[in-house]
Amino acid sequence: MPLVELRNVSKIYRLGEEEIRALDDVTLDIDKGEFISIIGPSGSGKSTLMHILGCLDSPTKGTIQLDGVMIHDASSRQLAAIRNRKIGFVFQFFNLLPKLNVAQNVELPMIYSGISAKERRQRAMKALEAVDLANRARHRPSQLSGGQQQRAAIARALVNDPRLIFADEPTGNLDSHTGEAILSLFRRLSTEGRTIVLVTHDPEIAAVTPRRIEIRDGKIAQRIDQKLAGLDRKGTPLAAAPSPA
Amino acid sequence: MNSPPPQPAPDTVGAASAQFVISIQTGLREIWAHKFRSLLTMLGIILGVSSLVAMSALVSGMEKGAREALIAIGGLEKVRVEPQDVPVEQRHLTDEAVGITINDVLALKQCAPLVTRLSPEMRLPASLSANSKTFRPWLCNGVWPVALEMNEHTIEHGRMFNELDDEMARSVCVIGTATRDELWGSPEKVGHEIIPIGETLFINHVPFTIIGMFQHYESAQERKAREFARTQAAQQNDGGVARDRGRGGRRRGNNFVFFLKNSTVYIPLNTMWMKFRSGVSVAASNPTGGAAGATGDPRLSTLELKIAGIELLPGALQQIRNVLMSTHKGIEDFTFRTQEDWADQINTFIHNARLSGGLIAGISLLVGGIGIMNIMLASISERVREIGIRKSVGAATSDIFIQILVESIVIAMLGGITGLATSFALVHMLSSFSPTDNAPIITGAALAVAFGFSVLVGILAGIFPAIKAARLNPIQALRYE
Repeated sequence: MPLVELRNVSKIYRLGEEEIRALDDVTLDIDKGEFISIIGPSGSGKSTLMHILGCLDSPTKGTIQLDGVMIHDASSRQLAAIRNRKIGFVFQFFNLLPKLNVAQNVELPMIYSGISAKERRQRAMKALEAVDLANRARHRPSQLSGGQQQRAAIARALVNDPRLIFADEPTGNLDSHTGEAILSLFRRLSTEGRTIVLVTHDPEIAAVTPRRIEIRDGKIAQRIDQKLAGLDRKGTPLAAAPSPA
Repeated sequence: MNSPPPQPAPDTVGAASAQFVISIQTGLREIWAHKFRSLLTMLGIILGVSSLVAMSALVSGMEKGAREALIAIGGLEKVRVEPQDVPVEQRHLTDEAVGITINDVLALKQCAPLVTRLSPEMRLPASLSANSKTFRPWLCNGVWPVALEMNEHTIEHGRMFNELDDEMARSVCVIGTATRDELWGSPEKVGHEIIPIGETLFINHVPFTIIGMFQHYESAQERKAREFARTQAAQQNDGGVARDRGRGGRRRGNNFVFFLKNSTVYIPLNTMWMKFRSGVSVAASNPTGGAAGATGDPRLSTLELKIAGIELLPGALQQIRNVLMSTHKGIEDFTFRTQEDWADQINTFIHNARLSGGLIAGISLLVGGIGIMNIMLASISERVREIGIRKSVGAATSDIFIQILVESIVIAMLGGITGLATSFALVHMLSSFSPTDNAPIITGAALAVAFGFSVLVGILAGIFPAIKAARLNPIQALRYE
């Protein structure tokens, strides 16, 4: 059974008289351990898809099953619990809380899952070690570089050991060199068996992932735009990034 | 396939308590991050709480003073029977009205078992002179020796006159300290206490021998002030010549009841009747003059009596009325005055003072609450993104609600605690220029109530901002700049 199962999912917004189909009849499976990129031009509906997959939003129509649980009609409380335990988010703008230090930021998801303070500290330190940031645990986010902040955010996404990690343009706010480092971190996580979904419009990033899904006008495109997906004419990834050997 | 909606993993109790502690920490961190803003916000609560405590302390002080005075005049069990104009429907019987006489006392003694003590009084508008000075005391009464217990008097020097003195109509008197102070000088002025036992006192130019003097009556507060003044004076005496500082000494009329008691002169009832029978004042004016004249007026000014217990008051009054109606041939020329009226008045006054003070303090607490709500609304609009982040990592609507509410309560509680601390200073300040001489009393209950109100205000002020924050859509909140 796939980890995520979308069946005929639509998301319809109403703007006065007008109906906007942000997602139109999307059917999609994601297996455990997959490393996927969702690509598409802005306004195509890829963010909406990520929000629905990430339990931040509910679909208007269709069914979603995540890790064996139906979530399309879950209450907001249940969605919050799923986000907390099964999903980790990484954002373009890092989204760390500026008033907390790095370790406290990483502890944040565990607060909402009721883990004791001692265990929170231990697990936060472990997650920070996994992203090579243990020596910055007491620093404020503002004292870190962009790459370090994004690594802290990844540690926060990992700390509750989620089934699924979503990253929304994780390198969009970083220079290419730092972005490269973050990408290789994701590749490493993928080889460790984590399921990762990258949302991007950058072909070089899409080229890294073994599977690519293109969203166009709210639908999954049947024929992928090779240029956007970072593929050459034969459909093999451009050698922009070294393979995760 | 349609499996039931997912159940979040258990451990909600642990999560809730851990989160509660963290919410308090977050609240304190927010307050600390905006120290000045938080202080201004708390100021409303601080003022509200301290004014609530101060108001309550002032009223408690007044209440205590009033209760002290009530006990000093004989407690609630005391009833006064006073003459009264004959009611309209009995006007034609006015000439038959006998007034309150010794006969009533004797009849009540025999027929009213609920009356435990009887003290007839004849009041004389007197002018006292001795030591080439004159003084008009508040009360100059002819009484039985029992008046001593009746009116809670204590003889400090000499003795009370006894039944024999009364029987023989001896010219003896017992005075209060006010008479001594006026005619011979107060201890504060003279420097030592004069005890004029054995001296001759002229009451309306009739010579009397002073055989006893009451103790000096004062409220607990006055006593403290006097003792303090004495120690102060003792310290000053080392430095130089003792001097009158003008407004020193014993201020008159600090508390009317105690002044009245100090300004009392008692002589035996029989003596009063023999020597001043035409001059005795009977409260209700009797147009006919009645039996007064050459034979003298046998009527008493008042009849004071004590009943067996306050809970027996209605029955006792009925009993007394029945007896008096028979001795007065059915003419109702008397009335009862109980301390209940006064106690009721005290209660009404206290109630009103509490209400008005509470209202003012309540309004200032309300203003404080509005301040908190305002600052919480400002705070959440600054923290929309934070709320979005918290929601994205798994905070439920209720978690955000609790966090904001707890922050609001923390502000209010800090304000409340500070308010309690400042209330002591405020009460101290108020008591230094307090209009009454009753020291304000800070009660534990007042502190608890004031603190409780501050918490309540925090909860009420936090609910709306908390709902607003909790309802934020996480997607929009994350996009918010």
